[in-house]
Amino acid sequence: MLGYIWLFFILTALIIGGATGRIAEVGQAAIDYSKMAVEIAISLIGIMALWLGIMKLAEASGLIVLVSKVIKPVTRRLFPDVPADHPAIGNIAMNFSANALGVTNAATPIGIKAMKELQSLNKNKNTATNAMCTFLAINTAGVQLVPASIIAVLVAAGAKEPMVIIGPTILATGIALVSAIITVKLLEKLPVFNSTQVKQEEEPECLSN
Amino acid sequence: MFVKLVETISVWVIPLMIGLIPLWALYKKVPLYDTFIKGAKEGLGVGLRIIPYLVAILVAIGMFRASGAIDLLAQVLSPVLNLIGMPADVLPLAIIKPLSGSGALGITSEIANQHGGDSYMARLAAVMTGSSETTLYVIAVYFGAVGVTRLRHALIAGLVADVAGLLAALFISQIMFL
Repeated sequence: MLGYIWLFFILTALIIGGATGRIAEVGQAAIDYSKMAVEIAISLIGIMALWLGIMKLAEASGLIVLVSKVIKPVTRRLFPDVPADHPAIGNIAMNFSANALGVTNAATPIGIKAMKELQSLNKNKNTATNAMCTFLAINTAGVQLVPASIIAVLVAAGAKEPMVIIGPTILATGIALVSAIITVKLLEKLPVFNSTQVKQEEEPECLSN
Repeated sequence: MFVKLVETISVWVIPLMIGLIPLWALYKKVPLYDTFIKGAKEGLGVGLRIIPYLVAILVAIGMFRASGAIDLLAQVLSPVLNLIGMPADVLPLAIIKPLSGSGALGITSEIANQHGGDSYMARLAAVMTGSSETTLYVIAVYFGAVGVTRLRHALIAGLVADVAGLLAALFISQIMFL
């Protein structure tokens, strides 16, 4: 499905850019953004190495499993397919906490670690599991207690009371979170999304042939 | 008080984690340096692995933005969204929010500068920007890092979260700031 959306964006850009005489900008954007993608990825490598190193220590010392056990009551319902004391759960919890505190630098590498742990439980490596979709949904809701960069923008525009947005933002993102969880839990049961799981069981047989 | 507390924790959390996790590992007799290096080695692989996914997503979004499609979409949608009280100025923001975090922040900055930092429009834009994460970026990075290409219901759930967050931001801002 991502392929269709991808093509939709590109074709729309082509048609509208062509119609409005901005096709040169569209072409330039393709070049600029491909460069930017690499710059983002490269700039992540150092931060990623740091946190994956620290998280390896946390894992080897049993800290991740400890965190997993503490938050078991919540995660048992959200991630029924993942064993309650699996390291994935601890990483998910730490990713959520880092995001909530606005420590994005740490949150992304820890989130990737969580995805790797979930991938280790995945039978069909190119298809998302229910647990992965739930984790992604929670992540895209992006709960953050103090949105520092947004407050900075308001302050730069001369705001005297920028902090008033904090309460409403937490409420809005909380609603986004609840909606995401409800949606993900409803959709994972739908046959459209389940059909891929049927294939999931067939494919290993094909491979063994 | 709440803000001060969260800010203090945010500043302390990185140094504390980098200090206390190895200390705990030492207490648990984990070989410190070797273990850290073993984990850190994966950083390079992850960084390289997400490049194709990021290129694919960001190029499509970049072309889409450059074509002026967002403004056009905002014009088409504005009669509908006027009914629920969404001002025309924040419409491009609502559209760009799931696509680009820096883009959303840029528009928020524009709106705040134009209307004033304490204006209703600036606050609405701010709450909308904070109401959810950049779904497509999160999906590109997280699924890219493990090589998953069949996303099943993840994208739809992420977009539902975006729409719910944006609508919630609008209604809450209307009640609180208007």
